Amino acid sequence: MKFGVVIFPGSNCDQDMIYVLRNVMQQEVVELWHKEADLKKCDFIVLPGGFSYGDYLRSGAIARFSPIMDAVGNFAEKGGYVFGVCNGFQILCEARLVPGALMHNTERKFICKNVFIKPQNYDTLVTNQISRSKVSLKIPIAHGEGNYFNDAESLKKMNDSGQILFRYCDEQGNITPESNPNGAIENIAGVCNAKKNVFGMMPHPERAADTELNNTDGKLLFQSIVNLVTA
Amino acid sequence: MSATLNETLPTADTAKELGLLPDEFDKIKQILGRTPNFTELSIYSVMWSEHCSYKNSIVWLKTLPKDGPHMLAKAGEENAGLVDIGDGLACAFKIESHNHPSALEPYQGAATGVGGINRDIFTMGARPIAQLNSLRFGDINLPKTKWLVKGVVKGIGDYGNAFGIPTVGGEVYFDDCYNVNPLVNAMSAGIVKVGETVSATSYGKGNPVFIVGSSTGKDGIHGAAFASKDITEASAKDLPAVQVGDPFQEKLLLEASLEVIKTGAVIGMQDMGAAGITCSTSEMSAKGKHGMKIWLDKVPTRQAEMKAWEILLSESQERMLIVVKKGMEKKVNAVFEKWDLNCVQIGEVTDGDRLQYFMGNDLVADVPAESLVLGGGAPVYKRDYKEPAYYAQAQLYKIEQTEEPKDLKPAAKHLLSHPNIASKRWVYNQYDSMVGTVNMSTNAPSDAAVVNIKGTNKAIALKVDCNSRYINANPEVGCSIAVSESARNIVCTGGEPSAITNCLNFGNPYNPEVYWQFVGSIKGMGAACLKFKTPVTGGNVSFYNQSSYEGPVFPTPTIGMLGVIENKENIMTLDFKTEGDIIYLIGESQNDISSSEYLYSFHKVKNTPAPYFNLDTEYLVQHAVKSVIKNKLIQSAHDVSDGGLFITLAESCFNKGFGFEINADKNIRKDAFLFGEAQSRVVVSVKKENEVQLVDELKKHDVKFTKLGFVKGKDMRVDEDIFVSVTDALELYSTSIEKLLT
Repeated sequence: MKFGVVIFPGSNCDQDMIYVLRNVMQQEVVELWHKEADLKKCDFIVLPGGFSYGDYLRSGAIARFSPIMDAVGNFAEKGGYVFGVCNGFQILCEARLVPGALMHNTERKFICKNVFIKPQNYDTLVTNQISRSKVSLKIPIAHGEGNYFNDAESLKKMNDSGQILFRYCDEQGNITPESNPNGAIENIAGVCNAKKNVFGMMPHPERAADTELNNTDGKLLFQSIVNLVTA
Repeated sequence: MSATLNETLPTADTAKELGLLPDEFDKIKQILGRTPNFTELSIYSVMWSEHCSYKNSIVWLKTLPKDGPHMLAKAGEENAGLVDIGDGLACAFKIESHNHPSALEPYQGAATGVGGINRDIFTMGARPIAQLNSLRFGDINLPKTKWLVKGVVKGIGDYGNAFGIPTVGGEVYFDDCYNVNPLVNAMSAGIVKVGETVSATSYGKGNPVFIVGSSTGKDGIHGAAFASKDITEASAKDLPAVQVGDPFQEKLLLEASLEVIKTGAVIGMQDMGAAGITCSTSEMSAKGKHGMKIWLDKVPTRQAEMKAWEILLSESQERMLIVVKKGMEKKVNAVFEKWDLNCVQIGEVTDGDRLQYFMGNDLVADVPAESLVLGGGAPVYKRDYKEPAYYAQAQLYKIEQTEEPKDLKPAAKHLLSHPNIASKRWVYNQYDSMVGTVNMSTNAPSDAAVVNIKGTNKAIALKVDCNSRYINANPEVGCSIAVSESARNIVCTGGEPSAITNCLNFGNPYNPEVYWQFVGSIKGMGAACLKFKTPVTGGNVSFYNQSSYEGPVFPTPTIGMLGVIENKENIMTLDFKTEGDIIYLIGESQNDISSSEYLYSFHKVKNTPAPYFNLDTEYLVQHAVKSVIKNKLIQSAHDVSDGGLFITLAESCFNKGFGFEINADKNIRKDAFLFGEAQSRVVVSVKKENEVQLVDELKKHDVKFTKLGFVKGKDMRVDEDIFVSVTDALELYSTSIEKLLT
């Protein structure tokens, strides 16, 4: 399988993502430059974290107009797999490739720390290798605008169709207001589109996939991806 | 000579307004053989400011050890020190202050401090991989302090987070002496392959000179001169001297700079920090022993009709000066075009030593490069110093003067929640500490931050440290302690101390008592650096941290230390691992509470000597700790520092939630045993089956050690008395700062 990691000006988690895919997961990875419109025959596109174009406007609001995003949109339209993490998730929301929007954290501060999340659908591309007996996953967040929002009607539809990927929870897996770090509605940490080929999440699984960092909960997501796409 | 050089000439009064002494004005006239024009005078005023010239400090800085087996670039040779860490890699690291701008505009002041220190690293061709910072504020209960803390932390976070380099460590300290002058010191460390560094030099007649990165605006003009005077009520008028940061441009500049080095087209490169184009053109020319012609009208500017001196002195951020091999201009342009950055030729290298600046056809300034720089024509002063009265007074203090409270639990709780000791999570949770996926301490905390060097067996350990209360009590001993504690932290992490960078924050050097603090600090630093074989690779001097009405800040020579962990398997962490493990103290408890947080803020006894310290004992203790880590005999190691033994034990409890049971030393006061800050002590925990081996190993070393007790239960017990539960202690420790700030 060939992964393409898009590099926008201001992306800063691109190399972390490439490191995990290439060195930990032993996959083929190419870099995709924002000014180009060629996806280099990749099977799976990743939009990494960072501050694309400085994020001085609304996070992801400018990146969605990059030439590469037209190609990514077409690719997704045809059922191609796209995965956005943090700023990548924000860009996917801005590009309307996944439903909803990401607002400022309720505390109006950037937050970087380990949080716990719980899969809400175990049959997706990014969750299929996570055991139901695992009560929570420890994955770090690092964002100022990760407060997920959608209207009640859309949320109902998303819940009914299994589009909620992860919710913030405590270490024991309880989905509580205290375990919600940014004010996200219904503790939502990650979602996918209705066709379940485009995925976005605020926590950074690539920061929890290397044994040298003493936390490999995030590796389960990459194992899920490799498992389902190559199966 | 053109008309512009013959404009109405400035007088000694103008020179004084620009911060130059009458003698200095005369010296400039002597160098030029004529009276300088305003632009030239401005150039000298910034280049001869303390910030750029080190004129009041260099005599003493030269006494510091700067040689070491692994030094690739020594102090003063490049923008940052460069240390060989093996495997064909080198680490460039440096700490720098941004105190004065942060006092006026905390957000931009702190943000641009982060930007500046990172540029010092990547201008050498090294990719920054970790940042740290050391912050000092006044009384946390003052509204102004809260404003400063929030602004500085947000500034550091917004800049560093977007730039995308993890902030892996730091310190935050509060004391009334910083009410007017907060201190903001930022450190960065980067990695480069040996032999692939770039020098800040310029040579080769006819080689083109490029300015790259952001456009030049009117921000930060005379910033270096501003940083070289006391803060007064009128300082708010200096607001244009504060620069404005753009981390997005910095990120692009980082990638483009590292990419342009790979083209092989670069002769030399230097970032623009203090004194902008003036500083980079003169320092590069002086180093390469060439001259330069610069056309200032070609510099991309943000505002129309900027004057020559404004363009020369602007401290607009995110800019670099690059000297390129003639004929390779296209390769350079292509890289910056890819990253959508300015890349404009503004001049060329000439033979000789003259820096000639033009506006169109007009020669607006003509000065010899060498005359401007440190080690060249910049003045060097020996300042007088004298011991202040408070010092002799402090030495008279005896522990008997302070009555020991019958119940020590209130003191324990006071310390757990004191902002100088309590968790700084309110601060560091606003910094991205994990981008880059190299921070090995997130899930496994150690005394120093551990940063992975991917693809090798190695990691580096980084630490910033300075207890300015100790320095104030005794500059020489206090500064030896600062170096020793940094080294102790590196050693407790499983590393070998390698080298230091320093950020010397003091009051006005023309005050002999302030200068006495400076001289003592340098002596103490030098002695400890020799002992630990950690040369000083450079850093920065920040004088004038004082206000007209509150006097100088505590002398604060912040130490930033680099350590190398040869084998990642030897990384040692600070937390207790298993119930039943046995707790030992390596080093000796003392009947001493001098300058402890306990004495200072609980008993409010402020003027006392530095804590007990002996450099030889310190060295032996560190050597013993290294050997028990190397022989894999211990489960945890955590040094005793602020708050004393009790706080060290508490901090070892927090990560996994274990309690402890210990017995106090009956030969000394219990408050001294628990809260005294006598140096050279490390708490370790050991599995029962390794205890005999540990004791045997320690006996081989000439160090004292004591069995304290056990990792046990969920409470902190001393002599069978429950001081506090781990849950309650953690609540006090982790929430006190956020409660005080909101």
